[in-house]
Amino acid sequence: MALHSVNLNELFTYCWDMIRAIRACKTAAEERAVVRKECAAIRAAINENDQDYRHRNLAKLMFIHMLGYPTHFGQMECLKLIASAGFPEKRIGYLGLMLLLDERQEVLMLVTNSLKQDLNHSNQYIVGLALCALGNICSAEMARDLAPEVERLLQFRDPNIRKKAALCSIRIIRKVPDLAENFINPTASLLKEKHHGVLITGVQLCTDLCKVSEEALEYFRKKSTDGLVKTLRDLVNSPYAPEYDIAGITDPFLHIRLLKLLRVLGQGDADASDSMNDILAQVATKTESNKNAGNAILYACVETIMSIEDNGGLRVLAINILGRFLSNRDNNIRYVALNMLMKAITVDAQAVQRHRATILECVKDSDASIRKRALELVYLLVNESNVKPLTKELIDYLEVSDQEFKGDLTAKICSIVSKLSPEKIWYIDQMLKVLSEAGNFVKDEVWHALIVVISNASDLHGYTVRALYRALQTSAEQECLVRVAVWCIGEYGDLLVNSVGMLDIEDPVTVTESDAVDIVEIAIRRDTLDLTTKAMAFIALLKLSSRFPSCSERIKDIVSQYRGSLVLELQQRSIEFNSIILKHQNIRSALVERMPVLDEATFIGKRAGAMPTSVSTPSAASINLPNGIAKPSAVPLVDLLDLSSDDAPAPSSSGGDFLQDLLGVDLLPSSNQSGINPVPQNGTDVLLDLLSIGTPPAQSSPSTPDILSSSQDNKTPVSPLEGLLSPPSQPKQAASAGAAPVVDFLDGFAANPPKPEDNGSAYPSIVAFESSALKMEFNFSKPPGNPQTTLIQATFTNLSSNNYSDFVFQAAVPKFLQLHLDPASSNTLPASGNGVVTQNLKVTNSQHGKKSIVMRVRIAYKMNNKDVLEEGQINNFPRGL
Amino acid sequence: MGIRFILMVNKQGQTRLAQYYEYLTLEERRALEGEIVRKCLARNEQQCSFVEHRNYKIVYRRYASLFFLVGVDNEENELAILEFIHLLVETMDRHFGNVCELDIMFHLEKAHFMLEEMVMNGCVVETSKSNILAPIQLMDKAS
Repeated sequence: MALHSVNLNELFTYCWDMIRAIRACKTAAEERAVVRKECAAIRAAINENDQDYRHRNLAKLMFIHMLGYPTHFGQMECLKLIASAGFPEKRIGYLGLMLLLDERQEVLMLVTNSLKQDLNHSNQYIVGLALCALGNICSAEMARDLAPEVERLLQFRDPNIRKKAALCSIRIIRKVPDLAENFINPTASLLKEKHHGVLITGVQLCTDLCKVSEEALEYFRKKSTDGLVKTLRDLVNSPYAPEYDIAGITDPFLHIRLLKLLRVLGQGDADASDSMNDILAQVATKTESNKNAGNAILYACVETIMSIEDNGGLRVLAINILGRFLSNRDNNIRYVALNMLMKAITVDAQAVQRHRATILECVKDSDASIRKRALELVYLLVNESNVKPLTKELIDYLEVSDQEFKGDLTAKICSIVSKLSPEKIWYIDQMLKVLSEAGNFVKDEVWHALIVVISNASDLHGYTVRALYRALQTSAEQECLVRVAVWCIGEYGDLLVNSVGMLDIEDPVTVTESDAVDIVEIAIRRDTLDLTTKAMAFIALLKLSSRFPSCSERIKDIVSQYRGSLVLELQQRSIEFNSIILKHQNIRSALVERMPVLDEATFIGKRAGAMPTSVSTPSAASINLPNGIAKPSAVPLVDLLDLSSDDAPAPSSSGGDFLQDLLGVDLLPSSNQSGINPVPQNGTDVLLDLLSIGTPPAQSSPSTPDILSSSQDNKTPVSPLEGLLSPPSQPKQAASAGAAPVVDFLDGFAANPPKPEDNGSAYPSIVAFESSALKMEFNFSKPPGNPQTTLIQATFTNLSSNNYSDFVFQAAVPKFLQLHLDPASSNTLPASGNGVVTQNLKVTNSQHGKKSIVMRVRIAYKMNNKDVLEEGQINNFPRGL
Repeated sequence: MGIRFILMVNKQGQTRLAQYYEYLTLEERRALEGEIVRKCLARNEQQCSFVEHRNYKIVYRRYASLFFLVGVDNEENELAILEFIHLLVETMDRHFGNVCELDIMFHLEKAHFMLEEMVMNGCVVETSKSNILAPIQLMDKAS
């Protein structure tokens, strides 16, 4: 055994060669080479079980570990050193244990026994080592095993052991809160000690006990508050103590820990708060504030005053201290003042508002840390009465702020504006300013929300589109500004050109149709803009091609230039849109009509619901096409069709995925909640849906009517396109054929529109009512172009063996529905199902997409000259009617 | 728990001492140290000594070519940590006599021993320099 004393002083001299070699390295690669060589040597020594060099190797490993290289192979060496008898070996072993290991390592199980022995060692320095290691790495199992030892050591004769045992106890009760009650009594006696080390650790243990155990909190509140107040008073008034003196204050660290414990005890308890008022007032008024140590104490004192139960006088004192801090020239002091004011705002918002001007100045500070704190504080200070001037200040500052600060600042301004905006025009104005200044920092949901608001402000459409047009002239590099602008120009291009709805505050602007197309074209051509923006610009162009017939030819040229684009999304749009412009004049205007007003409530609901849904179904997001390119689940052509008119088919007003509809593009994975359009949920491609139209109605996908109903102008019934298209059983093949089938389909689409009557198959029939004597079935269909209306054909069947006469069917619906009943086909119903009565109903759902249809029915008839009345409620209507 | 880690870094950004009081994997530590060092070393004298990073608040102080960085949680008193860094430096000064980067590099274990006497599990153990140094001096005498 190499027990002849290992000299710790010489320990690292052995490592010096290595450290010198590492220091001499000029590059990271050289350093890695040195470390690799050293590690190889250490591994070899470990394999030889070399005892003489074990501690030296471990010392080297600590250095290597600090540099960030793996050192797991040295872990067992720590255990061997800890298990050896000598103090120096143990010393370095425990240090290695704390640095190289962590509580997750299973190696720790093996060390528990050594720790237990060392905690009971006769040499108090070895006990101290074990306590320190346990305090740093103890796991829950170790805590349970070793808690009795630590508890006993809290009463050890040497204070240096007691203080370490106290901190070790904190670790134990954090790992196993159940053990807290065992520590309450020993802690109470630690609080009475004079030794600063024991006192400061005891106070910390007490604070932690109060956090994990309500019982402990009550106990210390009753038994120790007065004692702690006295301890603090003695400390504040203590004569000069050279060992603990910092800037004329005795042990500021102990001051601060005591103040923190008092805060915990005083919070929510008027009596305890009362008993500490005097000493807090004394600390707040007497502490020197020209040195950092004094300010640290004042800071802690203010925090305690703000947390404990109200005492008006003290709070004034605290707010004044914060005011002084805030005007201090030292940035550290200003930082903590801002930090503290955040907490004070819940206690006394009025007092914090008084400092608003100063805080606003801090937002513009050159120091990023101060700016960040100040911005968070300003955010809390904004209310209805000051939102306008504060927003103006922040937006003005946005122009000159650092790039790295713009993200935070933009997010906060957008949040303030959308939360507290007093009127729509102000909201739109502010958002446009933000978009122009920092459009690259605006989050998606923010500009989505802006579009929803614009859509709802019908009197401001012209104003907004003109303002956006102007903004785009100067800030064309701001991504989100471009997106909102091209969307609005696409939707409201006519208002832009004709200066419709001019407000008094506007400067007149003359925009020709060609100017409007120019600006969208620029967006498509600008390389720095991303795909989503370009895709939106494409849709805008398509819309303009209908709004501005004179530019149609030019737009066709622009669009068709991208037929060969290497970006699949653009290529596809180019081909599809080109086809619409060229060959489908008759449906184009219907396709590109202005979007219906977007529903704000649905948007907010969707935004709230969006997060969990998109997380829960990530796999549905995209499918891989055979060419290996991931195809986003967003389905451009369906969206495009959805972009139709106010009286468009269901999906556009269904709300569920209107954002997708709205933008016509959603390159991010998103799930599709709408029951009406389950296409993306199935992970299939838009092409398939287009193709599926060729299949018999019974099999057609529920999304079929979306497409069909766009062809409402064409009433000529024709046979569906069976011959032309593949059945859905081979969808992949069809899809992989690329764009050609789409074009084919569209060709067929215009020439031979399928008959709208096929729609009926979209909703399954239901048995609406059934009794022993009577059955009523409902068949549903939707008139084209009117999603709110449902046509119901009711079919009544007599299940009894008697004929019914004087048959009358009545129905009632809630207010949001309108019901129209046609006369029944007959008022007699033959027995045993030998004939039926049919009756047509028309229901208009004003809450379409939000509420389902419900209906109460009453059926009266005479059976054997006896009146029979049957009643029921129908709740099983298909969703989405 | 107040202190989450203590770093000593030279002005080239090389770590000279690292003590963590919570578990991070080697990769996490390397990344964290890199980010923090970049952020803190880029700041000038006039700017405040606090930097918010991830969920840490970094309190740092520069002594000649050596930076002392202490990562704390939101509950901690930043000014007190500044004072603590100074106490740490004074303690090392008393032992090494005007401590410098090389003292810490070549006496890494001693720097750790001192730190052990001052901080355990993220809490302050002792604030008296002579109490902190007593065990180390005892060890020196024994050898």
